[in-house]
Amino acid sequence: MNHLIYMYGTDWGMGRFPICSVWILLFSPLVAAALITLVTGKNKALSAALSIGAILLSFTLSLRLFWLFAFKGIQHQPHPFPWLVIGNSVRIEFGMTTDALALLMLLVVTGVGSAIHFYSLGYMKGDPGFSRFFACMSLFTFSMLGIVISSNFIQIFIFWELVGVSSYLLIGFWFEKPSAAEAGKKAFLTTRIGDVGMMLGILLLWSHAHTFEFAELKARLPSLDLSIGTLALIGVLIFTGAMGKSAQVPLHVWLPDAMEGPTPVSALIHAATMVAAGVYMLCRVSWLILPSETALWLIAWIGGITALMAASIAIAQNDIKRILAYSTLSQLGYMVMAVGLGGPTQAMFHLTTHAFFKALLFLGAGSVIIALHHEQDIWKMGGLWKKTPITFWTFVIGTLALAGVPPLSGFYSKDEILLLAFERNQPLFLIAVATAFLTAYYMGREVFVVFCGKPRDQHAYDHAHESPLVMTAPLIFLALFSIITGWYSKVPDFLGPPHEAERHSLLLTGGLIAVPVFGFIVALRLYWKPDPSDAPVKAALGKLWTLVENKYYFDELYHWIIKYVQGTIATTCDVFDRWILQRLGIGGLSVGTGLLGRTVRLLQTGSISGYAFFFGLGATVIIYYVVVR
Amino acid sequence: MTTAITLNDYLIVSGLLFALGIAGIIIRRNALVIYMALEINLNAANLALVAFSKFNKLVDGQILAFFIIAIAAAEVAVGLAIIVALYRRKQTVSVDELTTMRL
Amino acid sequence: MNVHDILFYCFSIAMLVCGFLVIFSRNPVASALFLVLLFVFLAGLFVLLEAFFIAAIQVLVYAGAVMVLFLFVIMLLDIKASERRKFRALGVAGGIAVAAAFVWELKIILARPIKPLSVGSQELRGGLEQVVKPLFANYMLPFEVTALLLLVAMIGVVLLSRKELK
Repeated sequence: MNHLIYMYGTDWGMGRFPICSVWILLFSPLVAAALITLVTGKNKALSAALSIGAILLSFTLSLRLFWLFAFKGIQHQPHPFPWLVIGNSVRIEFGMTTDALALLMLLVVTGVGSAIHFYSLGYMKGDPGFSRFFACMSLFTFSMLGIVISSNFIQIFIFWELVGVSSYLLIGFWFEKPSAAEAGKKAFLTTRIGDVGMMLGILLLWSHAHTFEFAELKARLPSLDLSIGTLALIGVLIFTGAMGKSAQVPLHVWLPDAMEGPTPVSALIHAATMVAAGVYMLCRVSWLILPSETALWLIAWIGGITALMAASIAIAQNDIKRILAYSTLSQLGYMVMAVGLGGPTQAMFHLTTHAFFKALLFLGAGSVIIALHHEQDIWKMGGLWKKTPITFWTFVIGTLALAGVPPLSGFYSKDEILLLAFERNQPLFLIAVATAFLTAYYMGREVFVVFCGKPRDQHAYDHAHESPLVMTAPLIFLALFSIITGWYSKVPDFLGPPHEAERHSLLLTGGLIAVPVFGFIVALRLYWKPDPSDAPVKAALGKLWTLVENKYYFDELYHWIIKYVQGTIATTCDVFDRWILQRLGIGGLSVGTGLLGRTVRLLQTGSISGYAFFFGLGATVIIYYVVVR
Repeated sequence: MTTAITLNDYLIVSGLLFALGIAGIIIRRNALVIYMALEINLNAANLALVAFSKFNKLVDGQILAFFIIAIAAAEVAVGLAIIVALYRRKQTVSVDELTTMRL
Repeated sequence: MNVHDILFYCFSIAMLVCGFLVIFSRNPVASALFLVLLFVFLAGLFVLLEAFFIAAIQVLVYAGAVMVLFLFVIMLLDIKASERRKFRALGVAGGIAVAAAFVWELKIILARPIKPLSVGSQELRGGLEQVVKPLFANYMLPFEVTALLLLVAMIGVVLLSRKELK
């Protein structure tokens, strides 16, 4: 149905769309990053212009590609070129995939990215690292686009790591702040654990199939006759990579800390795109995971647990961005669960809508933070809706979309996932419903505490102001998309065969609508007052509150593991190294050699007669052994 | 001409001469005399070679002796030049005083 | 016992005595002169072995060239200091011990029957031709290398004998 056009260097035709545009799409942010770093670092305005220009160019080209694909049925796919060839066995290509999945993701990345780049103009104004920030953002955009268009495992892995690096740079952007530097390190190391698993999975797959190419693997997978165990192992190992990047339990601990980065970063990387890379990758290789029941089961449950756990943690957080971070975790859990339930299409749909409204929420939070001069504690806010009306209304739209209130986008995508869960796995459906309730509840709490009631910090309130247009315009843009992306029902169809439209009872759909409404009502009862506080909930939940407030003690657990388990291993190794290797091995050798040398030195008298004597003696001894004996 | 002298007799003489040379190298302190003792050793080897050549009816032993003489001449020339150079430095030819190689 | 045997014993004993005196003379000049005698007696033994060519170059090269070199150097250097030096008991004991060990081993070895690996067919008749011909045929390369070695030695000696040795 779609013409697949392989484009060679000389072919500049077909749809009057230069073939190199896909390459430009990918590489323009990299060029911008390089130029900013090397040339225009001193000139802030020019740096920002370069970065924004690059992403706008990518966005335009993505739109064009998308339009051609969706409405003209033309798929532009540059011919891959060999990148690394080792002998006859290893051949790694640098190719591009521009199928529906990739195009949708390209649109999300560049679209949300453009809005956030503009927003950063306002948010980062006056920051000494202004140019560096835009360079890192461009580098990130490049890496993310690289993941999206990758056509083989090695390529995706390289860009995967590049994304990790740029994420590290951006989380630790304010590196002079120890907590930010720590957070960057934590994110980098935690995702690395997942990446190791992913790499093992890739290598294991290669050892069976001897190729890295997605298309080839997909075609040959059924003929490989992999055992169920191997297939499950490969699936789970590759999922480990997604687990790290998409912050699934138990590798989720880095994401809340990543909020130490500037807010646009949180919006772009840790809400809309990078963390979605894991989900995207799972969708990209869904043909690999879908055949294995075990892997699917594990993925679905990890997603479900993440969703519920993160949502429950979010109800007890006090930092405006951390609440959103846990909300992101929870929504990522939904997506992963959808993949695990065999619905990559639903996962991608939710990813798309989520990218818009979560970026919107983060940018809204950033706007509030800027308005209050970098205050992030929600208990020091309050009553802001009068001061920052645009931020307030867009934030509300984002909240409603996230909670899944119709007719906003979140409703459609979340609905799809919930229905999928209802069909395939009832316990997970219950978890998902509970999560949906909690989502509405904690978002309601955040909105009421931040924007309603009476100002608790009068001084900050008096100085609060609405953000400049350069920040509010992206908010409005994103709010618009948060509303409409769900309406375009073609989004899920676009990705694959339409979900068999089962007639669900009106009761079910109605119930699903009622869940978030119920959540909002509970939040309204508890926090819709001039001077809200957590006290009643705290009293009601008791120990449970302490548990969620401390994030289920994951950090403490890891601390404990690192301190005792790793510490013990390290101490053992240290003792072994210091005493056995160093003292006995190397030290013993050196002391022994020294002693031997000192002893032998006594023989070196400098007396030629003495040497002649030993020489003659040696000669006679040799003669004795060789001839006489 | 018949004779009662056998190869063994020559080898005994050669060996004794060689032993004398070794003893001389070890005993003497004068570098010149040590050189002389070394020459004695070489000559002992020459005697053995020529004796072997004679009794085994092979000319190679004599040729080897010829080479040894040539090399000994070269060696003596260089060795004596070294001794002279050393003497200019240290004002001595006694090996007891030439102990700079010791640590 | 014919003349040949008598001459062998005379030359051998005289040579060993000379060797002894070379080593145990206090005066290096005396040592050098005894060494000349030793070379001459050795040349006599070579004659007895019918190696006339070797005997000739033994006298020419050793007794002539080498010993003159020794004597020149002895004259050049101040040897009075070393005249007064006494033998050290330890050195003498060590030297004699090694020499004795060597002789003892020699005795054991020579007590065994000696079997040559190969024996030539034709009696050596001591003429120049028999010795010199292989020198220019089979032993051509070593011969030329020896020539080169002598050249190197010559250059080395000139270099070493310069006043300012760097």
